[in-house]
Amino acid sequence: MSWTGKVLRINLTAGEITTEALNEEWKNDYLGSRGLATKYLSEEIDPACDPLSAENKMIMATGPLTGTMASTGGRYVVVTKGPLTNCIACSNSGGFIGAEMKSAGWDMIIFEGKSPTPVYLYIENDKAELLPADEIWGTSVWHTDEWLHAKHQDPLLRIAAVGRPAENGCLYAGIINDLHRAAGRSGVGTVMASKNLKAVAVRGTLGVGNIADPAGFMKAVNDGKAVLAENPVTGQGLPAYGTQVLMNVINEIGALPTNNMKEVQFDGAHAISGEAMHEPRKSDGRPNLTTNAACFGCTIACGRISTIDQGHFSVKNKSKYWGNSGGLEYEAAWALGADNGVDDLDALTYCNFICNEEGFDPITFGATVAAAMEMYEDGNLSKEQTGGIDFSFGSAEALTQAVDLVASGEGFGVDLALGSKRLCEKYGRPELSMSVKGLEFPAYDPRGIQGIGLNYATSNRGACHVRGYTVASEVLGIPEKTDPLTAEGKPALVKAFQDATAAVDSAGICLFTTFAWSLDNIAPQVEAACGGGWSPERLAETGERIWNMERDFNLKAGFTRADDNLPERLRTEAAKTGPAKGLVSKVEEMLPEYYELRGWDSDGVPTAETRKRLGLS
Amino acid sequence: MQKSLVINPDKCTGCLQCELACSYENEGVFNPSKSRIKVFTFHQEGRFVPYTCTQCSEAWCQQACPVNAITLNLQTGAKEVNESSCVGCKVCTIACPFGTVNYNHSSGKVIKCDLCGGNPKCVEACPTQAITYVDADQTGLEKMRQWATETDNNTATA
Repeated sequence: MSWTGKVLRINLTAGEITTEALNEEWKNDYLGSRGLATKYLSEEIDPACDPLSAENKMIMATGPLTGTMASTGGRYVVVTKGPLTNCIACSNSGGFIGAEMKSAGWDMIIFEGKSPTPVYLYIENDKAELLPADEIWGTSVWHTDEWLHAKHQDPLLRIAAVGRPAENGCLYAGIINDLHRAAGRSGVGTVMASKNLKAVAVRGTLGVGNIADPAGFMKAVNDGKAVLAENPVTGQGLPAYGTQVLMNVINEIGALPTNNMKEVQFDGAHAISGEAMHEPRKSDGRPNLTTNAACFGCTIACGRISTIDQGHFSVKNKSKYWGNSGGLEYEAAWALGADNGVDDLDALTYCNFICNEEGFDPITFGATVAAAMEMYEDGNLSKEQTGGIDFSFGSAEALTQAVDLVASGEGFGVDLALGSKRLCEKYGRPELSMSVKGLEFPAYDPRGIQGIGLNYATSNRGACHVRGYTVASEVLGIPEKTDPLTAEGKPALVKAFQDATAAVDSAGICLFTTFAWSLDNIAPQVEAACGGGWSPERLAETGERIWNMERDFNLKAGFTRADDNLPERLRTEAAKTGPAKGLVSKVEEMLPEYYELRGWDSDGVPTAETRKRLGLS
Repeated sequence: MQKSLVINPDKCTGCLQCELACSYENEGVFNPSKSRIKVFTFHQEGRFVPYTCTQCSEAWCQQACPVNAITLNLQTGAKEVNESSCVGCKVCTIACPFGTVNYNHSSGKVIKCDLCGGNPKCVEACPTQAITYVDADQTGLEKMRQWATETDNNTATA
């Protein structure tokens, strides 16, 4: 129940489209979205395959709550093997296309092979066809969106697309839907473009029904909405400031990585904070932030809709960027700003617009620029190699030129499109890439927040905050406060967050609900929608099963215990200021206990007993 | 007391909870494409505007209907489509100056807001009170209150 029970399979090589029933057994074990799509991918591809070959597959999937009235129930995921990391990649996005896909009757779309020529997938309920995309190949996401709406004469069409960087092989290209929502990390857009697939355009008018217990569902949904409304984070902080509510908070506790993680506090933090986005500009008296915005069905509405100062150097004579579009979220503001020492809010907003327009990950992009800046200052990169750009920390001009170069795939942008790991290897400083498994860190320093460091080291898609957001506990006290500076108790905390998150993602709702909701609030909604006995305990166990399945994928892809670690800098160079002054990450101390709690052997491999307990083959 | 829907676009976040509630009440599925209330996004301006039937006193749709399928609910003031009488001729969709009466091809009838018989589900679902259901004779009350709060007692002249 609540699943449509239908899967659309697109063989791009042959141009063939088939439909099949959803695997009943798997949906009971893996729920939907992240879990279920990863099960399909694990069964269908060799985890050791080249992610950019026709052998790799890409799955777009919804969850059982996607498209329903459950608050935030509009999420979808893209699951594939990621080219930036060579790990399992699972990028989650909001906006509206996930619900549209479900309303068109599909739980999941599986793309396989590679089209001989550029195409896009057009879906109108049961009708699905591959159409030529030659006219939009080589153009941006925003142009593609406009072109498809005009071509199909349908303003209600929901569109996900890749831009020029994906086509050019930028390893961290994302898939942008609804103009500024992103399946952003791990290079899922690069995989999509490698298949010659430019866009997916969906119109669904069937609606989402098939609810197991309609009256119970509406009650559970309303109860959940009330909890979100009453919680200070989801009811006030996020609507008012978005995730940017964190910038000043994280800076104050000394965990805001600055200048490629050399420092843990940034003098310019306030200038790029959520509070600053509300302050009127000198030029026109308008604040950066116009309004907050919601994704499908979301009663939190943390999204930012912003403008850039029309007089700012980045948009002078570029009127197309003078209107409103998706504004800065915390991770992007940090990666583009603090990590590069740039405190120019308009420059960051410009970069954010371009990342959306052309489809690439602002976290990896920002962190890659940071690595380049450090190499530039250390003399490993010359001005000749950067194409004449002064890549010093703090340069808003260098940052905005870099974003334009990655967008167009020109000059030094070709190197920046590699991501920090490959860039630093190329210029002889591999230790300066602040990444795990090739994925750059998000905005929390593991020296000042110890638990998140262990999560980064063990996250199945590389350094990622949304795989186990222990910041909630360590900084915000959700569900209970733990000391961010200690390693004690963190392995259990990390495991609990990782497992719960896998379940939340697989339900088709947004992780941000968990600032207010525990699995006790989520289980009644899943159970009323799906039936079949979805308790909080079963959700947690499902999350653990998913986590272990992802781990298995990575082990088969060639990853080992040695990859569960942080860059040397974070383990040996102590924080210089703030509450964490003198501390390094104790990740190596925490790892053995984490393995034990997970039921893995000392090499990080799930034991036979663990596999049996979780029903993994 | 008769009530009216009052919509304040400034409070709307574009979440579509109203469309979900409306379609679920009327169609039994969560389906924005069959909602009687629609939220419009003006991306460049950063604005979201919910829009639905205003229940005109002298309703164009009602007067245009050749089979008298649209009738007044005396209790709520809503102009309701009588499904058994509607022949799906769509004349009302042309007559309505606001576009709030629409044809539903799966039923062959037209659909429009009927205020859910006096308990509009969109109002219940809206998380920001952008849609409210208030005394039909006092729909300006909240706006007046807003202006009143900004009035300086010392200089006010009326």
